Amino acid sequence: MQFTSLSFLLFAALTVLVYYTVGKRVQWWILLGASYVFYFFAGAEYLVFILYTTVVTYVTARLMQSRVDAEDAFVAANRDTMEKSERKAYRAAQKKKRLGILSVGLLLGFGLLAVLKYTAFVLAGVNSLLGFFDAGRLSIPTLLLPLGISFYTFQSMGYLVDVYRKSVRAEQNFFKLALFVSYFPQLIQGPISRFGSLSEQLTARHGFDGLSFRAGLCRVAWGFFKKMVVADTAMIAVKELTARTDEFTGVYVLALILLYSAQIYGDFTGGIDITIGLSEMLGIRLAENFDRPFSSKSTKEYWRRWHMTMGTWFTDYVFYPLSVSNSMQKLSKWSRKHLGEKIGKRLPVYFATIATWFLTGLWHGAGWNFIVWGLLNCLVILVSQELQPLYTRFHQKFPRLVASRGWSAWQMTRTFLLMGLIRSLDCYRDVPKTFRLWGTMLTTFNWGSFFGGGWLSFGFDVWDWAVLLCGVAVICIADRCGRDEPVRQKLARRPVLMCAALCALVIVILLFGAYGIGYDASQFIYNQF
Amino acid sequence: MEQLLAILKNLHPDVDFDAEEDLIGEGILDSLDIVTLITEINSEFDVAIPAEEVVPENFSSAAAIFALIERLDEE
Repeated sequence: MQFTSLSFLLFAALTVLVYYTVGKRVQWWILLGASYVFYFFAGAEYLVFILYTTVVTYVTARLMQSRVDAEDAFVAANRDTMEKSERKAYRAAQKKKRLGILSVGLLLGFGLLAVLKYTAFVLAGVNSLLGFFDAGRLSIPTLLLPLGISFYTFQSMGYLVDVYRKSVRAEQNFFKLALFVSYFPQLIQGPISRFGSLSEQLTARHGFDGLSFRAGLCRVAWGFFKKMVVADTAMIAVKELTARTDEFTGVYVLALILLYSAQIYGDFTGGIDITIGLSEMLGIRLAENFDRPFSSKSTKEYWRRWHMTMGTWFTDYVFYPLSVSNSMQKLSKWSRKHLGEKIGKRLPVYFATIATWFLTGLWHGAGWNFIVWGLLNCLVILVSQELQPLYTRFHQKFPRLVASRGWSAWQMTRTFLLMGLIRSLDCYRDVPKTFRLWGTMLTTFNWGSFFGGGWLSFGFDVWDWAVLLCGVAVICIADRCGRDEPVRQKLARRPVLMCAALCALVIVILLFGAYGIGYDASQFIYNQF
Repeated sequence: MEQLLAILKNLHPDVDFDAEEDLIGEGILDSLDIVTLITEINSEFDVAIPAEEVVPENFSSAAAIFALIERLDEE
């Protein structure tokens, strides 16, 4: 059941209707039922995997919580008799035991994801090695990859770490936890929510709030527009440009970078708009996942504003634990002593950054293109970190230039193109081929052929260009107008204007959206992550 | 406190750390800065800051960071 299908619209409408007509006490049961029905229609065979993750998460969290409760009770009962050092040692020992339970839970949770997602990739790598030594081949099994498994696994494992850290208490009710893991609007492409901010909302009683409902409805329609008019139109050209790479070199690679940027932005932010909008209609506020990322002035800033919930997940659960770990701090002390102050200070940061980006790449997909994508992002971040003193000197020397609008525009364009270039690894899916095609941008000067008719040679006619460019312009204008307050909030306060805007949006989607007979309904790009 | 301010000043010479109250929200300290800071604190104060303490409230100002160091040292 695709988000952009008629069946999903009917399903969502029915869910919202039942949600607000049944008693408030059972609203969360409606959400749980709807989530499992949704997942059943996505693939009945997927249910066993999400149930497995839910059971592992529930049992692990409950075990850790019972340890925490016993620890707190023991310390409270013996507060007067225990020395401070004894209490500290006792707590440290308990934390170690809790870590053991957490490790088993993480192993079981991530283990399933690893087996299903990475077995074929690892075995293909082993086969390449065996082929090198002429030692036969291993057969590669075809494994099922349940929809949204990366998202719900990460969300669940984040919750386990939070219970371990005592940031949240473990949920006692199995079905409430099952809803946190499976909540259907965010099940297949995030955002990756935190237990502390989502769980209570899911099980709270929600009265109908007209303003919130209307704002949510506007956001859903806006998401449909982004996905069906912008992303799916751009997809036609992206498919063609990546299928005929012998022909489409030089300036066509730049065209692909721009078109794929429009596609992935419309696709991912559109999907998230539908998710957050639908949740808003249900009275549930999800974490934002994007903050106008294409106006970022640096790679670091871009990654603070693109897929934010994934970024903060990796920062909180991988980057910080790794970089502040005892072993990393010991390494820092050692390297300060032997390699000097400057390098010693940087080593933990650099190790943790490389590991985090390697895992971020791997999370996006089991392929070298994703790993190289992650490491290239890491390289850009670390190089710009190293060049920071140079930038500072430049800024001090040319303060008026740096403060100008032109300089800001240059920074944004540079970041946008650099991120787009690296992102094209996701389109070509072949690292050497991608590098070769990047090279042709410098060696093949085919701008003349492109503007002499080539721009209409990759499945795109004048009409498609017009629809895409107008769609992108509308998104830019809406972003601009919504800087202080989102446009949908403004519209929600004026119901007549809102109805007019919704009707206009529906007409635009029906007229210009990519759908209907002969249209191969494209999945959201992030569905299979 | 002076020692901490010197470390912070070394990270961002242009920032007035005595006055800043929202180092995270305003994007002055990013994740790379925080890890560098934690490494420095570990080295200068001999205090290890665990990952669960790396939350915005503990790094929002020089005073908050210093309070964290004192608390962890006390514990």
